[in-house]
This record gives sequence, C-alpha cells and structure tokens, in this order.
Amino acid sequence: MTNGYEYEVSPILLVDLSLLTMLLVVAIAMLRSRHLFAVVMLSGIYSLLSAAFFVSLDAVDVAFTEAAVGAGVSTVLMLAGMLLTARREKPFESRRVPVARIAVFATGAALIYATIDMPGFGDPNAPANAYVGQAYVERTPSDIAVPNIVTAVLASYRGFDTLGEVLVVFTAGLAVLLLLGVGSARGGREVSDVDEESP
Amino acid sequence: MFATATVAVIIAMVLALVRAFSGPSLYDRVLAGNSFGTKTVLLIGIMGFLTGRPDFLDIALLYALINFAATIAILRFFSYRQPKGAPAEPRPVKPSGSEAS
Repeated sequence: MTNGYEYEVSPILLVDLSLLTMLLVVAIAMLRSRHLFAVVMLSGIYSLLSAAFFVSLDAVDVAFTEAAVGAGVSTVLMLAGMLLTARREKPFESRRVPVARIAVFATGAALIYATIDMPGFGDPNAPANAYVGQAYVERTPSDIAVPNIVTAVLASYRGFDTLGEVLVVFTAGLAVLLLLGVGSARGGREVSDVDEESP
Repeated sequence: MFATATVAVIIAMVLALVRAFSGPSLYDRVLAGNSFGTKTVLLIGIMGFLTGRPDFLDIALLYALINFAATIAILRFFSYRQPKGAPAEPRPVKPSGSEAS
C-alpha cells in the first residue's frame, strides 16, 4: 500500500477470524431455528461474540454497551415478549418470499459494493481520523483533561448528541415497558423442560 | 503460552456453541449462554495479555458481572412446572402465607 499501512498476520487476526466465523454460524443458526427460546439465547451469545470482537478492535466502549444492552437487557426484553406470545415460530408460507429476498440481497450487494470505496482499517489519512478526530486527539488533554478520549468526545464535545441518544433510548425503554406491561417482568412463568408440541 | 490459552478458550467457545444449538432442554441453552459469557470474559482477558496491553482486564471483570446478572434475570422468568398429578392452580396474585411451590 502507498500509505505505509499494511496487514500483518498476528495472533489477534486469527482470533478475529474465528470470532467472525462463530458470528456467522450463530447468525445462520438463529435464522434456521424455529424454537424461539433458542433464538433468544443465541442472540445473547451473538451479542457477547460481537462484544469480544469490538474489544479486539480496541473499541472498548462500544463493546461494553453491546455486552450490557445486547446480552443483558435486550435478551430479557425479548424473553418477556416471547413469553407473552408463543414459544415457537409459526411455519411461514414461502410464496411471497422472493420479493423480500431480492430486496435484501440487492441491499446487501449495494452495501458490500460501497465498502470498496472505504479507506483501509486504521488508515491515518482516512476522513474519520484526519480532520476533527485529530483535533480531538490533540486538544483533549488540555480541554477536558481526562485520559479517555472517547469519553471526552461522548460526554463533552458531543454532549448534546449523547443527551439526545439517551432520551431516545429512555423513550424506547418506556414504550417497551408499556407494551409488555410491568407485571410481566416479575414473577415466573410456567414452562417445561421439553417441547410442548412433542408430548 | 497465551496463544495456546487463546486456542483452548476458542475451542471451549465452540463447544458451548454446539450445546446452545442442539441443547434439547431450555436449561441446557441457559447454561450454554452463561458459560459462553464466561468464555468471552476469559478471551478478553487473554487477548489483553496476548497483545501486551492488559489494560482491558477491568472490562473483562465488568463482563463477568453483567453475565451473572443476565443469567439470573433470564432464570427469573421460569419456575418449575407443577408435577403431573398436581391440580393446576393459578398462581396466587400475592404471595400469601403458604409457600407456592
């Protein structure tokens, strides 16, 4: 590469590859399973895997949010929703699927095509690292005086943005609680070890 | 040494995944998710030492806390089904003096 940045095969790269492979396998298993509880547990595992992947990308804050929200809160919320509806997904008709499938594949192909234009991973000349990001790195020690630059960006430089995000998340949580009902979140439900469909 | 430990943890993660895919009962899957979270904690810790920057070890400890709380929260949704012969009673609205088994 001309910008002096190139890959080297490190142990972390192999860890990343195995993590991404497990992510793919879990995603396919979630798609194929009709047992909703298994899907909920697999989505928790998916969140844990992607959190580990984010840590290996040095995005610790994102990873922490993913583990807390993805593996913790959303698993419990999906369980609450599942227990209010059914434990198995209904078999679906495969008549009208092709339109949706074509749309999904076209969107995915467009997104993959768009990644060709993206700068290399960790490229110092990328727009994300060059302009305002560089200013954050240079000015955080004198402006904010906290060691973690991400925290400075989130809580100070983009404080209003973070406030809006927190508001959105809080509203969404309130709406989910209103939909599910507060009583559903406490107390046990009667479930069995074995599938009820196969006595 | 850390590379060997990483490989071992990843193999253990795959084994937990197999149990989560195929686990016949519900508790197998809960246990698979919990142990997978534990493996994630270990992997994050080992990855820090593998790259020579063990700064993220406290993050791994927080993951262990989250994992524990999430498993308790999941298990909170379930109570054991009544045995076959027992009459099907509705759950009491309030926990009265007699213990509802």
